[in-house]
Amino acid sequence: MPLKIGKEKNAGYLKRRVEDISGIKIDGCLQCKKCSCGCPVTSSSSSSPSEIIKLLQLGAGDELLNSDIIWVCASCATCFSRCPMKIDMMAVMDALRILAVERKAVIPEANAPLMNRALLKTIRIFGRTYDLGAMLLYKAGTSTYWNDMEKIPTLLKKRKIAILPPHGADKKTVRKIFNKTNEIKDNG
Amino acid sequence: MMKYVYYPGCSAESTARDQYKSTLAVSRALGMEMIEPKGWTCCGSTPAHQVNHDLAISLASANLAKVKDMGLEMVVSCAACFNRMKTANHEIISDARTRDNVSDALGRDYDGSVPVRHFLEIIIEDLGLEKLKKAVVNPLKGLKVASYYGCLLVRPHEVTGFDDSEHPLYMDKIVGTLGAEPIDWPYKLECCGGSLTLTRSDVVVKLADQIIGMAKDSGADCIVVACPMCQLNLDMRQGDILKATGRQHNIPVIYITQLIGLSLRIPKRKLGLNKLLTSPDKIIGLLSQGSSK
Repeated sequence: MPLKIGKEKNAGYLKRRVEDISGIKIDGCLQCKKCSCGCPVTSSSSSSPSEIIKLLQLGAGDELLNSDIIWVCASCATCFSRCPMKIDMMAVMDALRILAVERKAVIPEANAPLMNRALLKTIRIFGRTYDLGAMLLYKAGTSTYWNDMEKIPTLLKKRKIAILPPHGADKKTVRKIFNKTNEIKDNG
Repeated sequence: MMKYVYYPGCSAESTARDQYKSTLAVSRALGMEMIEPKGWTCCGSTPAHQVNHDLAISLASANLAKVKDMGLEMVVSCAACFNRMKTANHEIISDARTRDNVSDALGRDYDGSVPVRHFLEIIIEDLGLEKLKKAVVNPLKGLKVASYYGCLLVRPHEVTGFDDSEHPLYMDKIVGTLGAEPIDWPYKLECCGGSLTLTRSDVVVKLADQIIGMAKDSGADCIVVACPMCQLNLDMRQGDILKATGRQHNIPVIYITQLIGLSLRIPKRKLGLNKLLTSPDKIIGLLSQGSSK
């Protein structure tokens, strides 16, 4: 993906934030590209793991946060497993996801952050994931409303997905964790 | 009797109820006692680590701290929960700041010391293949099985420590012990797209098609898995693959615990085999043919 690196007033800002959140030293990358060769989603996105690192090294700013690979990455860890410099690319991707949301970058239509919020909401309420609830919350907020809906009757008939929300979890501890880690407060 | 704390994970109550049922049925048949931690909670799964590092590690650690009090090892059957629990231990041991933040969130200190084991490790390392072989009453003769490991069991190996990171054989060894034929195939570690299933089902369909296609081309009658995401993606997406590519795979994708259960003659319903979207009747038929010969 040809990405024009803008003249930043604050060059290297994004790299420093990524390093701070992930604990990874971006300059350790040698650009051997083993990560990109093994990556299962580079063909489904306009960028690749090694390219993301290179752009960070070159001082890319918020424009990098619009890269679709941030949300197509499946965290399969093939990159990290094969990296000769032991760069944890998954931690880098997690940091970029956090920053993309924080800096209000362009989020692809599939809206993975909404899926994350929906799932976390059910965990905060029930202490465990409630698939069906999260799915409906997500579907209500995207334009992909009808995708996969035809599967619901079969999944329900086979009891392959639970109808009722989970119960029996230690909800008090979970609520405390959400509050203490500053994620989705009680009024969120 | 071998005794463990079994952490079911959220999918055990929903999309992987079949994995949960078959794990418990097989454990019982093989003389393992599984105790569930009271009030267990979500491990954080994909959304937590994509959103907030300390939230992710704390959610997993809440369960590990409960198991610590019980003084036993934690056994996990879901590959995703296994990965998150292992990651929590790893992060807490290697980073003091994370340990502090987690102890603040939990209201108690947790030192990262609870051993986390996958159910496959228990079978191979604790029970042993010899004992498993003795327990087999219905050898799965003539069944060709592709063992699909995916990502979360094996990667990153520094964290999971599971078998071998480029050439794992735990499931293949179990398949062989059950009397079936483990096939050699090159895609056992490819990614199925995992949690992209709802947000980017097009990517999952593409990856699942490649994996299933390779298993079939290598001669497999069925694919065995140990991960709820892999099972759902490879099984449920076969209809979408047909729509997108015209390829009709029609190959059962079953949990390794269900396969073990079949060899122990545990009734189909107790193994949750009725929940599979691609019917396993074809392979069960193959097995009854084999045993009548």
